[in-house]
Amino acid sequence: MAVPTLAAPPAAVRRRRRRSFRGWQFVGPFMIVFALVFLAPIAYSIYLSLFRNRLIGGNAFVGLDNYTQALTDPNFWSGVGRVGLFLVVQVPIMLFLALLVALSIDSGRLYGKSFFRVSIFLPYAVPAVVAALIWGFMYGSQFGLVGSLNDFFNVTLPDPLKPSLILASIGNITTWEFTGYNMLIFYSALQVIPKSLYESAEIDGASQFRIITAIKLPAIRGALVIATIFSIIGSFQLFNEPAILRGLAPNSITTFFTPNFYAYSLTFSGQQFNYAAAVAVVMAVITMIVAYVVQLRGNREF
Amino acid sequence: MLKSIKMAAIASAAVVALAACGGGGGDNSSSTTGSAASGPTVSDADVQAALTKGGTLNIWAWEPTLKQATAAFEKQYPNVHVNLVNAGTGDKQYTALQNAVAAGKGVPDIAQIEYYALPQFAIGKALDNLTGFGAANLKADFTPGPWNSVQNGGGIYGLPMDSGPMALYYNKTIFDKYKLPVPTTWDQYLDDAKKLHAADPKAYITNDTGDAGFVTSMMWQAGGKPYTVDGTNVGINFADPNSAKFTALWQQLITQKLVAPITSWTDQWFQGMSNGSIATLATGAWMPANFVTSAPSGSGQWRAAPLPQWTAGGTASAENGGSSLALMAKGANKALAYGYLKYVNDGDGVQVRIDNGAFPATTKQINDPAFLNTEFKYFGGQKANEIFSKSAADVLPGWTYLPTQVQSNSIFNDTAGKAYVSGTSLADGLKAWQDQSLKYASDQGFTTK
Repeated sequence: MAVPTLAAPPAAVRRRRRRSFRGWQFVGPFMIVFALVFLAPIAYSIYLSLFRNRLIGGNAFVGLDNYTQALTDPNFWSGVGRVGLFLVVQVPIMLFLALLVALSIDSGRLYGKSFFRVSIFLPYAVPAVVAALIWGFMYGSQFGLVGSLNDFFNVTLPDPLKPSLILASIGNITTWEFTGYNMLIFYSALQVIPKSLYESAEIDGASQFRIITAIKLPAIRGALVIATIFSIIGSFQLFNEPAILRGLAPNSITTFFTPNFYAYSLTFSGQQFNYAAAVAVVMAVITMIVAYVVQLRGNREF
Repeated sequence: MLKSIKMAAIASAAVVALAACGGGGGDNSSSTTGSAASGPTVSDADVQAALTKGGTLNIWAWEPTLKQATAAFEKQYPNVHVNLVNAGTGDKQYTALQNAVAAGKGVPDIAQIEYYALPQFAIGKALDNLTGFGAANLKADFTPGPWNSVQNGGGIYGLPMDSGPMALYYNKTIFDKYKLPVPTTWDQYLDDAKKLHAADPKAYITNDTGDAGFVTSMMWQAGGKPYTVDGTNVGINFADPNSAKFTALWQQLITQKLVAPITSWTDQWFQGMSNGSIATLATGAWMPANFVTSAPSGSGQWRAAPLPQWTAGGTASAENGGSSLALMAKGANKALAYGYLKYVNDGDGVQVRIDNGAFPATTKQINDPAFLNTEFKYFGGQKANEIFSKSAADVLPGWTYLPTQVQSNSIFNDTAGKAYVSGTSLADGLKAWQDQSLKYASDQGFTTK
């Protein structure tokens, strides 16, 4: 009788210890990779952002100086303003187009729907850098496509690479690139809606438009929110297109055209990686806030 | 080399570094002299002994003809083993180099550094002053422009590897067609620009969308000295009377829309050279190889001429692009490294590099009859090296770049570039460039005025 009571505690201890060890065995590899790949770079960026390294005078701890500088830097805010404008104009257009295409393909009334599905998705498979190069060539007003059109029709189209149009031209490239991607998200969400709902709706005499607003859109709300958040992050991280087009239109795209491009220029042209780290951290916080607000609103009502 | 010079020419895409390392300069290696501009002291005998004894050298460079020159070097000094590494072109290499200097590890013994970036590395104490090696005695071996470019604050921070004395390349077919005189002065150039564009609205005298390297070279040729650098004191004044000559001329070309809005090194640019819509280019002597490879259908139409002048009958010229090889302060094997430097940049290696297409910075080769008599097929058999050599000898002395030139060039289009696409005047744009460049220099700890 005494034996089991004596034996029980060590067994429990052993079991508990083994359980916790096993847990770490499972989680450990992930935790290590997570710490190395996600946490360490963030921590290092924050650490870097607290210093300032100068050509004359060397490295010094400056506390939050880089942050106060970033918050009052007109170049930084002009970049933020530009991607903000991009976000409120380009993202709705792109998502609306993607939704329209997804609904058309899903309606089953489109002839050759797999052709449309693939061809609209195809631009997403083109690397962003290549896409920017292709479009940059077409935008050329001297010997590019725009130039050829001008010659052929004997007109003078506005130069898509001039400062006042460059943002719209970049928006055109990203819309071309990412409509298909978002379309696919919407389309797959539409596919999982039970067909029986459509049948009931038809029996009730609902129009196609009514089916869209009452069944389809509410059913893919989650996908819409996700796509919106991805697009917000994508807009704030705009980099490839301006970086490539800058080679063609150096006066239209400044070194602080987008916050990401600004951080890049600061680091690689000016070796101001401490300040660039601060800019990156501030931009990450702004992105998180905006994405979080959209997510909250998106989940509340539609 | 071409790629390197091209980078210098574009210059806008610049990048670099240099910062770091404010602290500990180079001490290592043999004895140090007590002088202010201290650095290792190595005699010719030391160098000769090191070459005979041998060892391993690590070199970072992207200049293509160094490969053949290095092979010749290793053949002559069989005990020396050279690791020639292409660590990237221009800015990419500077970033890697800067990281290595900051880390104090993996620094090569020798690195290729473009002239415009050299002051930045010299001030950052990343390079050895070659005065202690007796480099000052080599002055007569090099053409004045490149030699001037490797000087900094009384020290010599590299040996010139190649150079870009400027010339005016022009499309002879177009000039003949419209009976335009090849311009010998910039006034005539402006005149030609007007006549050409009036005769054919699709043709332009040249292209320009704002290029820092071009603007600074043009000011250099005009006798301007916008940059003043004295130790850690830097000043910029683009409004100085000579620099302003360029600004006034170029303003007219921009305002009257006489320059094609085509950015250099783009596909449109090379098309413009092939199809006759870009009639001239004022740039470095490294350009011919680019013509051949990137605008092949213009072959036979183009010619080279001396740069137009600011005063009739003048001969002033300037440099555009070019690189040096420098000894890294944190590198090893100083005597051996200097031996290599002398071999490829001043000794037998130079001829090997020229034979493979490099444009030299050495007076001996640049005046060599065989070099001068080379006929350029692209230029209809013209002996263009005669013009380039003359230009190299006529480069105006006294020019200096900023110790923060790389960053400065990178923001040229943010500031002065506005003059090319809006109502901002070039003078105002340059003023903005000046202010922003000075602000950066001041942020970096320089005293500005």
